[in-house]
Amino acid sequence: MAAKHSDQSGFLERTTASFVDAMEHAFYAEQTARADGLLQRLDARVKLVGILALIVSAAAVHRLAVIGGLFAVAVALAALSRVSFNVLMKRVWITVLLFTGVIAFPAPFITPGQVVTHVPWFGWTVTSQGLASAGYLVLRVETAATLCVLLVLTTPWNHVLKALRVLRVPAVLVTILGMTYRYLFLVLQSAHDMFESRRSRMVGELTGSERRRVAASSAGVLMSKTFDLSSEVYLAMQSRGYRGDVTVLDEFQVRRFDWFMLAGFALVCAAAFWLGR
Amino acid sequence: MHIPDGYLSPSTCLTLYASAAPFWYVALRKTRKLLFTRLVPLISVFAAFSFVIMMFNIPIPGGTTAHPLGVGIASIVLGPWASILALSTALFIQAFFFGDGGITTLGANCFNMAIVGSLVAWLVYRLISGRSAITSSRRVVAAALGGYIAINCAALFASVELGLQPLYFKNAAGAPLYAPYPLSIAIPAIMIGHLTFAGVAELVVSGGVVAYLQRANPGLLRFTAPGVPMPEEEAAGFAKGTGWTVARPLWTAVGLLMVLTPLGLLAAGKAWGEWTVHDFSSPTMRQQIAKVSGNVTPPASAPSGLERLSTIWTAPFPDYSPSFVHKLAFGYVLSAMFGIGIIILLSLLIKWLAARARPGPPQEPAQSEET
Repeated sequence: MAAKHSDQSGFLERTTASFVDAMEHAFYAEQTARADGLLQRLDARVKLVGILALIVSAAAVHRLAVIGGLFAVAVALAALSRVSFNVLMKRVWITVLLFTGVIAFPAPFITPGQVVTHVPWFGWTVTSQGLASAGYLVLRVETAATLCVLLVLTTPWNHVLKALRVLRVPAVLVTILGMTYRYLFLVLQSAHDMFESRRSRMVGELTGSERRRVAASSAGVLMSKTFDLSSEVYLAMQSRGYRGDVTVLDEFQVRRFDWFMLAGFALVCAAAFWLGR
Repeated sequence: MHIPDGYLSPSTCLTLYASAAPFWYVALRKTRKLLFTRLVPLISVFAAFSFVIMMFNIPIPGGTTAHPLGVGIASIVLGPWASILALSTALFIQAFFFGDGGITTLGANCFNMAIVGSLVAWLVYRLISGRSAITSSRRVVAAALGGYIAINCAALFASVELGLQPLYFKNAAGAPLYAPYPLSIAIPAIMIGHLTFAGVAELVVSGGVVAYLQRANPGLLRFTAPGVPMPEEEAAGFAKGTGWTVARPLWTAVGLLMVLTPLGLLAAGKAWGEWTVHDFSSPTMRQQIAKVSGNVTPPASAPSGLERLSTIWTAPFPDYSPSFVHKLAFGYVLSAMFGIGIIILLSLLIKWLAARARPGPPQEPAQSEET
């Protein structure tokens, strides 16, 4: 991972770092999806529907304690699926806290309502409504993000996509999503190589306008490459007999364990809705 | 601008999914009709490209970097409908796979960025570029503005969606259940960042990529420029648009601004801080000043500094209306024209001086504008 660079070419390093980060995320996801855990054993369709229902419940309920309960469910599912807490901490909990935490931070001070306490020196007042609203936001985002990451970390991406057919997503879109994911890494790799080679050829410092030109031209080169790639892919598809009809193979099987878990998800969501009205 | 889960109420999410659905449907139908068997590979690979573009760090003036959305170039190269599909696909993978932007809010994010963004970028690009040549610098300006305006429109939609949350969704005690800030905070908080950093990043990418493609791969710009000859065709006698043709959209904007100037007259009272020495002695104006200044009574007489300075400089058009013009509105228009004329002349003068000072041949317009 590239270190933060104070020099003007830092944007090249930061960009390559984010490419590497995305690839790392994907490799880690593929690894954990193969592990032997509770969610990994579950039918992808049941898992997709169950986790989406939990996310919707987390977004819909009106009681902090119930959202907290759903968060606990997510943490328990992570533990049972052998997803490392370190990774969750780094990828989800701290990231969300840094982003949403900062956004929610002023809420206790500026939301009108019942004053709970005063901040000495500054003369600010903290309202209970403000505290509650900041709590809602942070807890909801943490819960939903944990659940979403759990889905991806325990399911191979092509299974997630095939499972989307349960939600009546058209087959052509499922195919597009699958192919996008496939070519995403190719485009990422080629962008990464472009930036790396640019970096290795650079000795001096670039001025502001030169940096912008490098960034824009790189985007332009990448776009031209993308078009060439899409033509090649198209020809390759045609030569294999592609005539525009898309079929998705559904090889899923729902077993007793899946029905049991589906009932579990339904029960948790129903309880959340009932308690969190 | 990627709204995460938990910021919007389920009913808002549902409304935005429902609003996005017809656009997705039309986009899929139109693109399928146009591309037929090419649809799947083109959209897939382009969505992958859009995803990667969102990870670029674009250096912007001032030393920081920002991520672009790439909606401007997607819309210019693919047209708005295919761009809607490609960007929605990229947003879907971002939300599901990388946890960037929520799942319940995916409809909202697609609506704001993919749909509003693509349509606005395309509209602005087509309006400004008109029938100018593929390699015209006017297309660079059009793309840059298209990207800038598109990302700001998308941000405005997002900020309104977020700002409406505390109005409608509160618990029994009155605590906001979702995004806690009202429109008065949400709109400026989001728009300031987008009018500056994010907007400039988008402007640089859209304008820069179009400038690059004009030199390297002009064929890609052809789709959204129907009926415009390609560079090779145009070399055979097609005069490259210069002067009035290139700058026409800018002149139109200037003309519009000049015509709209009298709108200032519709606003009651004087602009805050634009008081003259006489206003401090007039009782009605004193009342107005106190009213707009948080009920702070103005000093009994005009501040001595203001009084002294006011005699030094008498503008040729005091209060924007020349003495020989009795109609105030007409005076405004005339003054605006005069002011803009002065600015244009000054900028032309500076450009001329800069060109003289710079050694070597002048830069290509396409290159100078991409920055």
